[in-house]
Amino acid sequence: MIAELGLALLWIAAALACLSLVAGILFLRGGPKDLAALVRPASVAQGVLTAAAFGLLIALFVRSDMSVELVARNSNSLKPMIFKVAGTWGNHEGSMLLWLMILSLSGGLIAIFEKRLREDTLVATLAAQAALSLGFFAFLLFSSNPFKRLPVAPPDGQGLNPLLQDIGLAFHPPTLYVGYVGLSVAFSFAVGALITREIGPAFARAMRPWVLGSWIFLTLGITAGSYWAYYELGWGGWWFWDPVENVSLVPWLAGAALLHSVAVTATRNALRAWTVMLAVIGFSMSMVGTFIVRSGLLTSVHSFAVDPERGTFLLVLMAIYIGGALTLFALRAGSVAEGKKFALLSREGSLVINNLLLTTILALVLLGTLYPIVAEAMGEKISVGPPYYNKVAGPLALILCLVMVAGPLLSWRKDDGKRLWSRLPLAVFAGAAVLFGLVLFGGKVGILPLLGMTVAGVVAVASLAPLWGRNLRRTPLPTWGMVVAHFGVAVCLAGMGAESAFIKERLVAAAPGDDIRIGDFSVKFAGVKPVAGPNYTAIEGTLVATTASGSRFTMRPEARTFPGLMGTAPTETNEAALLTRPGGQLYAVLGQPVTSDEGRADRYQIRLWWKPLVWWIWLGGALIAIGATLSLLGRAQLLAIWRSRRHRKSQERFAP
Amino acid sequence: MKAKHQRLALALVALGGIAGAGVLAASALRDEAAYFRTPAEVAGGKAAVGEAMRLGGMVAKGSIARQSDGLTIRFVATDGKATVPVEYKGIVPDLFGEESGMVADGRMRADGTFVADRILAKHDERYMPPQMGEMPKNMKAPKNVKATAWP
Repeated sequence: MIAELGLALLWIAAALACLSLVAGILFLRGGPKDLAALVRPASVAQGVLTAAAFGLLIALFVRSDMSVELVARNSNSLKPMIFKVAGTWGNHEGSMLLWLMILSLSGGLIAIFEKRLREDTLVATLAAQAALSLGFFAFLLFSSNPFKRLPVAPPDGQGLNPLLQDIGLAFHPPTLYVGYVGLSVAFSFAVGALITREIGPAFARAMRPWVLGSWIFLTLGITAGSYWAYYELGWGGWWFWDPVENVSLVPWLAGAALLHSVAVTATRNALRAWTVMLAVIGFSMSMVGTFIVRSGLLTSVHSFAVDPERGTFLLVLMAIYIGGALTLFALRAGSVAEGKKFALLSREGSLVINNLLLTTILALVLLGTLYPIVAEAMGEKISVGPPYYNKVAGPLALILCLVMVAGPLLSWRKDDGKRLWSRLPLAVFAGAAVLFGLVLFGGKVGILPLLGMTVAGVVAVASLAPLWGRNLRRTPLPTWGMVVAHFGVAVCLAGMGAESAFIKERLVAAAPGDDIRIGDFSVKFAGVKPVAGPNYTAIEGTLVATTASGSRFTMRPEARTFPGLMGTAPTETNEAALLTRPGGQLYAVLGQPVTSDEGRADRYQIRLWWKPLVWWIWLGGALIAIGATLSLLGRAQLLAIWRSRRHRKSQERFAP
Repeated sequence: MKAKHQRLALALVALGGIAGAGVLAASALRDEAAYFRTPAEVAGGKAAVGEAMRLGGMVAKGSIARQSDGLTIRFVATDGKATVPVEYKGIVPDLFGEESGMVADGRMRADGTFVADRILAKHDERYMPPQMGEMPKNMKAPKNVKATAWP
């Protein structure tokens, strides 16, 4: 019954989306005013019903109801509960329902909370959001029904890919999804405002928290995904330029650009057309990413089963939404373009450069991701790897950081070069100090890491400059947010530079009792023993790492074997052991046993890395997200309301 | 007048930036896009010595030889038409084995051996380049391990 109820709820929700869309269109074309009153409650109900359907799907996974095809294919009754729940979205259909739920819920949230927009703009925005969800409802109901029953229920399910049985990965997709789909709201706002021609500070202020919110989730999702790949895959890398990583990075870049341009529109009423354009691009990039991953055009860690029909469906949806929005933009752009004037050397000017650089990086990453697909269609087989991306994105990112140094120090509208220069000496000094230090004591350092660490030094100091001479307690939260986020970029950059410049690696075939020297560590291989996990068996190695100062740490890397379920082959995974120290991380992987000439396995392959400051990369990512959160809190005025309330209360108390 | 000039300057900066980025991308793509080769193409003389490339093929039956240092392995990659000897030092991926597909990043040595910096096994869930789907039909496909991670 649960599955049928879930499906029914989805159909009703789809009907409500249809209702919102039709009522919205009729109202905007001059229909009766009552129609507008319909749209809000319909949007809210659509969100609630879709969420309920998702809840029912989770219930099916929790109960291990193997009569439902999706559960039988992706779950197993022996799995730990947390992974049963996470299995709900660890597959195509479930993750599409999650996507749709977030889409519908955000429509509902706009309907409840948005008070700043004119009524017709709000109705147009909600209708646009309903149109988006309607397409995905059609996709889900016609080609990816998650509630499909099996004619005969199997005794047990096939289970989840062992690599996915990881707490990091269980929560990574929803985080990224909230970010992806959050950009849909910015898209709908842009479409709504284009329809009613209400593009200005009010529209920008309404859109801003949504952009910030989705960008926070994208940042967290990408950071967490990077850390997952780092510790789980046993490669020791934190970014692979895998196509699927790229398609999450591209909306992030668009979001970052939008975040900065919407600030200009909100405070200065400039860059209006550009902000609208970026809002359209942002969600388009989310959709392009979904399409690339789901269409089977490329195969990667992250792609689900290849299915051309689904790919075509998504392609058509994408063409309608992106094409429609761009057409609307082209028709209306003329009437929104003009805004307030500003000089090139000004806060606005620096944000324009920031936007240009971000969109250029976006275009280059997208080009590298799509190029092999296009080349293959033309009969040439090539693959674009990290060297390309590092070469094109690295230098641009460094220039972007330098713009980031100057931007916050410039004043709005117009500034002059001398004044800017007079504010920079400390930052320039910090950069020079880092550079000299590295050149004198760093040994052989590649040019990109060298520049990266130098720029990190400049950014770190310059990002704190906006706080200079201020009363810190009275500094507005969005300023704090900017400072923390920009400082986070410096931390991240320093981590990336130090890791790639000073990484040390050892690969050995070690017998128990052997000592391996790496960096400042002496690592003793104590031996291996078999261990049993809840649904796997493993060989666990014991390594005792001793630092130069004599502290000892035990590391236990594992090589796990998951038995094949229902006729599939067994799967092996590596669990790396990580030792985190203030200066970096020691990373250990246990490889295959090495058989001697007599056929005895007396040695094991062991790979060790010393990665200086590597954890700064994710610390930086977290700081960026925290900064954006502070900014969001400040924008949402929650703190201001709370403060004024407290103020009023204290005044009441002292009133005579 | 002044505003007009400034907008012109901005447009020129943007144009210059885009042109620069285009040149950068084109040159980087030409230099860095690794070409994917099959053993038959290598045998046909398509791979220059020292040129970075990807070699895709199947590990020939009975060809894996582990060296006494315990770290280096040698094997023969085949596509049913030609073979290329491959040498690799490191930990091979979990799903690497005889008669299964693999992709190796590396370069050709003058003696005709392909020296791999990195090996990816087919359906190694870490990664599988799209080109792996293009392997000759007469080769037995290894058992499918369902990869269902997103994103």
